[in-house]
Amino acid sequence: MISYAECSARERLGLLLDAGSFHEWLPPSERVTSPHLAQLGVPCAFDDGVAVGRAMLDGCSVFVAAQEGAFMGGGVGEVHGAKLVGLLQRALRDRPAAVLLLAESGGVRLHEANAGLIAVSEVMRALLDVRAAGIPVIVLIGGANGCFGGMGIVARCADHIVMSDVGRLAMSGPEVIEASHGVDEFDSRDRALVWRTTGGKHRWLIGDCDALVEDDVAAFRAAAVTALNESKPLTLAALEQEHLLLTDRLHALPSTDTTGTTDSDEATLLWTALGIPDAQQVPELSVDAVRALRTV
Amino acid sequence: MSDVPAGLETLDFSFSGGRPAGAFAPVLVGVVGSGNLEVMLEPDAGNGCAVRVETSARGFGPIWQAVMNDFHARHPLAGVRVSINDMGATPAVVSLRLDQAVAEIAGGRP
Repeated sequence: MISYAECSARERLGLLLDAGSFHEWLPPSERVTSPHLAQLGVPCAFDDGVAVGRAMLDGCSVFVAAQEGAFMGGGVGEVHGAKLVGLLQRALRDRPAAVLLLAESGGVRLHEANAGLIAVSEVMRALLDVRAAGIPVIVLIGGANGCFGGMGIVARCADHIVMSDVGRLAMSGPEVIEASHGVDEFDSRDRALVWRTTGGKHRWLIGDCDALVEDDVAAFRAAAVTALNESKPLTLAALEQEHLLLTDRLHALPSTDTTGTTDSDEATLLWTALGIPDAQQVPELSVDAVRALRTV
Repeated sequence: MSDVPAGLETLDFSFSGGRPAGAFAPVLVGVVGSGNLEVMLEPDAGNGCAVRVETSARGFGPIWQAVMNDFHARHPLAGVRVSINDMGATPAVVSLRLDQAVAEIAGGRP
């Protein structure tokens, strides 16, 4: 068992795909780097924090991108985003069996401001184009930096999300919520709270991810192979169904004013409302046990 | 305030008298994270070993020179271009990454 969370982006590519099959586009030796960071006194990375290319997965031709969380938290800068967009647009032309996105990102790289924001929006558009063409986009989330901000939205635009219990997925990250709404609203230092509200178990139980796996590269590979044939139609009906599910979920959550409990947080209340027995025990349970609990 | 200005510092070193590394695919090791660095080795024309360092920690030129001198003593390479992006790695970490990169050329896994 090799921890997915502890691997670098390139180690993940080496271990997850068929051995030796990864062919990189715009490799580090091309030096396609950020035009912005040097002005701020920040060193660039030769790959701008993302490796993109084609590979084989269980004998199927796939396109793949892997974000490096250790470089600027996996932040999407102008070049980083353009590499993702280029990969997705090339998929429209070459039609691989799937596009894999090994996501690990805090979202937009704020150093690059509007260029990063525009890059993320272009990634979303390109991803939806790929889905509309019937090519599944599979997102794997298990890095220590999680998948937040614009990349959290990108992930939820995809066909299929695989998460480990240490993986995290959300829009605003814990520090962002605390900074904007105060520590009473969300204590970003409360790690248990952070995982109860953004972690893989939570996302699995409420239906925001499609597979929950152990923090193991082989488990991620197996889940990605399974997802190869699980393209979801991108239709108005599917979107309306999704909105219905979100509305139901919102209404399922009892108002915290009426419960009168202080030691029970909203994540636990939601799990209970969804019919999960002994919801308080969920954080202590094994991945296998939590996988069996899903009701949605 | 420090006298050292903010911003990146670029350092160049070159060595001669090594043995030719021959042809190899470029290798990249490490990540540009806090206290870490990335090292890329590429084949280069000529008989030298050219090193370029971009670092966010300014004012450590003499230490880089010493670390690179030691590296060249351990691995006297010729026909190699060494490119480094550094975010404040310590000399020990730099030396380990350089050795890891050389091992990768030889086909070894880290």
